[in-house]
Amino acid sequence: MSLNEDLTRLSATDLAAAIHTGEASAVEVAAAHLDRIATVDGAVHAFLHVDREGALAQAAAVDAARAAGNPPASPLAGVPLALKDIVVQKGVPTTAASKILEGWIPPYDATITTKLKQSGIVILGKTNLDEFAMGSSTENSAYGPTGNPWDLTRIPGGSGGGSAAALAAFEAPLAIGTDTGGSIRQPAAVTGAVGAKPTYGGVSRYGLIALASSLDQAGPCARTVLDAALLHEAIAGHDPRDSTSIPEPVPAVVQAVRRGQGDGIKGMRIGVVTQLGGEGYQPGVLDSFRAAVAQLADLGAEIVEVSCPHFQYALAAYYLIQPSECSSNLARFDAMRYGLRVGDDGNHSAEEVMVATRGAGFGAEAKRRIMLGTYALSAGYYDAYYGSAQKVRTLIKRDFEAAFGAAHVLISPTTPVTAFKIGEKVDDPMAMYLNDLATIPASLAGIPAMSVPSGLAADTSLPAGLQIMAPALGEQAMYRVAGAYEQARNAAAGFTLLDRVAEVPTVAGR
Amino acid sequence: MTTAALTPAEWAALDDVADFDEAIAAFDPVLGLEVHVELGTATKMFCSCATTFGAEPNTQVCPVCLALPGAMPVVNGTGVEYAIRIGLALNCSIAPWCRFARKNYFYPDMPKNFQTSQYDEPIAFDGYLDVPVGDEIVRVEIERAHMEEDTGKSTHIGGATGRIHGAEFSLLDYNRAGVPLVEIVSKPIVGTKASAPEVARAYVATLQDLMRSLGVSDVRMDQGSMRCDVNLSLTPAGSPVFGTRTETKNVNSLRSVERAVRFEICRQASVLTAGGKIRQETRHFDELTGTTAPGRVKETAEDYRYFPEPDLVPVAPSAEWVEQIRAALPELPWVRRERLQREWGFTDLEMRDLTNARGVELVAQTVAAGAGPGDARSWWMSYLAQQANSAGVELSELAITPAQVAAVISMVSSGSLTAALARKVVDGVLAGEGEPAEVVEKRGLAVVSDDSALQAAIDEALAAQPDVADKIRAGKVQAIGAIVGAVMKATRGQADAAKVRELTLKTLS
Repeated sequence: MSLNEDLTRLSATDLAAAIHTGEASAVEVAAAHLDRIATVDGAVHAFLHVDREGALAQAAAVDAARAAGNPPASPLAGVPLALKDIVVQKGVPTTAASKILEGWIPPYDATITTKLKQSGIVILGKTNLDEFAMGSSTENSAYGPTGNPWDLTRIPGGSGGGSAAALAAFEAPLAIGTDTGGSIRQPAAVTGAVGAKPTYGGVSRYGLIALASSLDQAGPCARTVLDAALLHEAIAGHDPRDSTSIPEPVPAVVQAVRRGQGDGIKGMRIGVVTQLGGEGYQPGVLDSFRAAVAQLADLGAEIVEVSCPHFQYALAAYYLIQPSECSSNLARFDAMRYGLRVGDDGNHSAEEVMVATRGAGFGAEAKRRIMLGTYALSAGYYDAYYGSAQKVRTLIKRDFEAAFGAAHVLISPTTPVTAFKIGEKVDDPMAMYLNDLATIPASLAGIPAMSVPSGLAADTSLPAGLQIMAPALGEQAMYRVAGAYEQARNAAAGFTLLDRVAEVPTVAGR
Repeated sequence: MTTAALTPAEWAALDDVADFDEAIAAFDPVLGLEVHVELGTATKMFCSCATTFGAEPNTQVCPVCLALPGAMPVVNGTGVEYAIRIGLALNCSIAPWCRFARKNYFYPDMPKNFQTSQYDEPIAFDGYLDVPVGDEIVRVEIERAHMEEDTGKSTHIGGATGRIHGAEFSLLDYNRAGVPLVEIVSKPIVGTKASAPEVARAYVATLQDLMRSLGVSDVRMDQGSMRCDVNLSLTPAGSPVFGTRTETKNVNSLRSVERAVRFEICRQASVLTAGGKIRQETRHFDELTGTTAPGRVKETAEDYRYFPEPDLVPVAPSAEWVEQIRAALPELPWVRRERLQREWGFTDLEMRDLTNARGVELVAQTVAAGAGPGDARSWWMSYLAQQANSAGVELSELAITPAQVAAVISMVSSGSLTAALARKVVDGVLAGEGEPAEVVEKRGLAVVSDDSALQAAIDEALAAQPDVADKIRAGKVQAIGAIVGAVMKATRGQADAAKVRELTLKTLS
């Protein structure tokens, strides 16, 4: 194993320590990951764009600051990161995996991007996703699917499959995801990674290309809970440019992880949600979940069962609210100011160019959701669809409030099934939508939720995830349980899940 | 896209609009006015771009108002404050909690392809405005005043009309996109009969007056910072059931408001009288012909798919804040006018003429600069009004300030200018020759008050016209005009005629 490959196997925490102590330079670390990407991404296709020069320049700046005797900009200074290609980065192509944005170079940075840069985190490039984050498999990317490093013929989840695959293929130790109905948690679960969706409003949405504004939330993805917590603190916080961001201090989640790892979770009440399990869930996934519950009980947590009766309507409500907001958010892609322009040959009106561009630029799933949303919001149907869905949303929030009266955190399997084959569900949108069954309730309620690896499902030998949900702004309880559980599971298994991922064949990427 | 041509029936209707009096005899007009007021905030409604009118195209834009992917709006607090100010001045209730909503429709000059507006939760609702119409006050009920943003501007190049139909290409300027607007919607105005056109105009004029005094907008209809849509329907005289209404846009002056209402009354009456039906449609007012024509006919009804804007939090003005704004409201223009009329001692007629000429503030400022109210009024309402009229501008657009007018008045009352000379001084100021004193100096317009100079001129005139001198001596004093005229001529008008008369009589006595 070369030195370069050693560096790519390290956690963000260890990489940061190596850079801070001078054992490795940030440039070496960045170069190792860029080389790794060049070696394997041809097979994985986690990245849509690799910013080699920009990454090396950022890394050099971190090294220069250290050489000048400055303290590190943040606990993650010099650590590389993969940015989901739905977060805008100035001067770097941003497509949201859509043809309609092909070639667009943003003239501004998202608040997340600014925070990453200010933290000295090195942005390697932009990762693949389902077009505009609509999907659970990354197969809806206009630029081709991403492979799951556990089995490249399988999906890495979605929409943030690129970010999750980059972690599992050791192309980056950190990644940014965005979660509307499970797009951080579900890919993390099926690739053996950690992914957290913060409380709605916890991380600024400014510069995050909107899918569904009332649901979208960016969050950290990593290979360990501690790394995720460090990244969480780097990107969270109130932003005056996002009116929906919460004017509260960032929860001390790093401290919470250390507490979970140190003091454990004895005395915490953990609720198992009756409705998130059973029918529709793969046996191996349920076994993995039961083992996790047993492990949490062994750690001294009190396990209680809670019922959330309105969760059965969550998927239906979600698939009204999300397409409704999506239909309006995607209206701006009209060829007038940026992106693709089709039919502007002097013989067509602006309206005709708009129609032709949208017809050519959006993929099938985007069109499906635009149509669903347009219908749901239209006069005469609004009350029955969008209006009713908002009522369901309120009922789901109440279910959570009642459940959190009985438990500090709630748990469930993150996904009903482990990674399926690429192409297996592309013709069955309903089967695809069911992947988000367990993650959608937390999205609708705006509460924090994360996925932590719970081992391999016995029936498929593929990763399964444990979802941990906490009340709004209750990230500390969530990370505390995650930290304790991760430590106990690794100790019991004798290995970290991602140590067991198959070596990806060498196919040169970008 | 095809031009929506008038149907033969509509062409016929154009030629054959009903006589206004006959129309009013058969039908009662029902008016509804939607007035958009562009707020004079320094920055846009949802971003910090400047709002300066007339800037180079696309220089006042940013990711938010260009709707770049990922950009998000933030509400302009001053915009909300102005909207509340407007609501309070219109005697509205102010919503303690309301939301913005997205009005979804595609249009090239609207960057997001939805307008951030308000739907069923306006910031202000249920008010009224008392509108002076002639000697009466008409109370117009206000349905709502809500906040929204303006669109960009399309300029259509090529084609005959400057409209989109037939244009070769269009240019888009997004400087105006996101400029804050308040839309003021009246309830249906009924019972106005023949005065409907006048009421519509007076309502818009009164709103304009009010907005100006509130300091929330410059309400320039010519620049689009105040825009009016006229809804009008006719109902058979005495019927309680409203007819089908049309909405006329592009009504860009007070005069146009009146003309548009008048034309629609006549047009609709003609259609209805002929047994036709009024189509519910948007029409455009044509300034040149004073007529309205239908807009593009759409195959489907517009469905705006309103829903609450999820990128913004609700607006919840505290009762305390609303009361602060109420307490800080300026004196309303009509209250102020009543007070000024009392202070100045003007008759109702004088005050009304002054108000109609939009001269109240000019007179007030002239008085504040030291002039007597009567002098100030007569200058603005006679000589200056003539100048404004012949130049086709408003009084306030004349190149003379109230302070300069006051200075001229002061020179007249001190005797250093005659009325005739004063007008020449004013002409000089209007011509850009400087302050009144400088004009007097440059043009040499001071009154000739040197008795010996005058005496010489008088002696000369008497010598030149001995027959006149004899007549005056004989007691025909009215003949003195010829002498005064000759002296005025000799002094190039700079003599005081009364003084000349007095000296002439003295010379001959």
